[in-house]
Amino acid sequence: MMAEKPKPSGPAAAAILAAAVGVFVIGLLTTLAEVSAGLKSALNWWNPAGPLTGKTGVGVIVWLIAWAVLGAGYRGKTADMRRITLWSWILILLGLVLTFPPVFELFVE
Amino acid sequence: MQVTVRELWTVLHGLIFGSVFLAAFAGGLAGLYSLRPELVTVAGVRERIRRLTAGTWVMALVAWITVFSGTYIVYPWYRARPPENADLSFFPRSFLLSKPTTAAWHTFGMEWKEHVGWFAPILATAVAFVVAYYGPQLAREERVRRTVLWLFIVAFAAAGVAGLFGAFLNKIAPIR
Repeated sequence: MMAEKPKPSGPAAAAILAAAVGVFVIGLLTTLAEVSAGLKSALNWWNPAGPLTGKTGVGVIVWLIAWAVLGAGYRGKTADMRRITLWSWILILLGLVLTFPPVFELFVE
Repeated sequence: MQVTVRELWTVLHGLIFGSVFLAAFAGGLAGLYSLRPELVTVAGVRERIRRLTAGTWVMALVAWITVFSGTYIVYPWYRARPPENADLSFFPRSFLLSKPTTAAWHTFGMEWKEHVGWFAPILATAVAFVVAYYGPQLAREERVRRTVLWLFIVAFAAAGVAGLFGAFLNKIAPIR
């Protein structure tokens, strides 16, 4: 029986890094919306749910775009998973910190 | 025995969708943790990966349904502004903010829950994709398997924070 050809790590790297970018953007917008009343208002895509719609909406859109772009760039390639995972964890950690109320409330206008 | 539409959606969002995600976590965690060539036979890996693929995709889908139903159905009832002289117990956000003893449930609990909860579906989708992409090869990709395992744990923690505060908030200031 012939052994299966190993799959390159590129597409997995793209998915992981794109998800990290998405959660970072949600965190970043959560804090920036406290810094800028104008941005908070711009993120209010649907009044009943307020700026949460824009913060998460932009986060999801950026995540999907990042996934598409990184996925195309890494298609069929092998990625440096050590670097990808390091950057992904940095972005996820920043995303977590920036959505933590005692942190983003430091920036309330 | 009556349940209002709002109460029903709150139960669906938190107790059904949210709980399914949290309850399925243990199975997914065990599957990812033990997906190692030294612990499972080749046939075992193949059988396990089929279950893991299906399970992680279902979890990602449930997480998306949970955040969308929370943000676009339940949350507007939570944050609705009361008319003057209204009974604040029908307006959870205003009710919580009206007293210093309960304000932090909104300023800390709800503010954290509503943002961090969105991490769960994004991370769970990445996990599901990587599991499906690699298939049985994931057992041999130690670094990727460990990364996916931790992404899965962070997704669970994010959903856990959202679920825990959701339960407390609905106890203190229920949506009616």
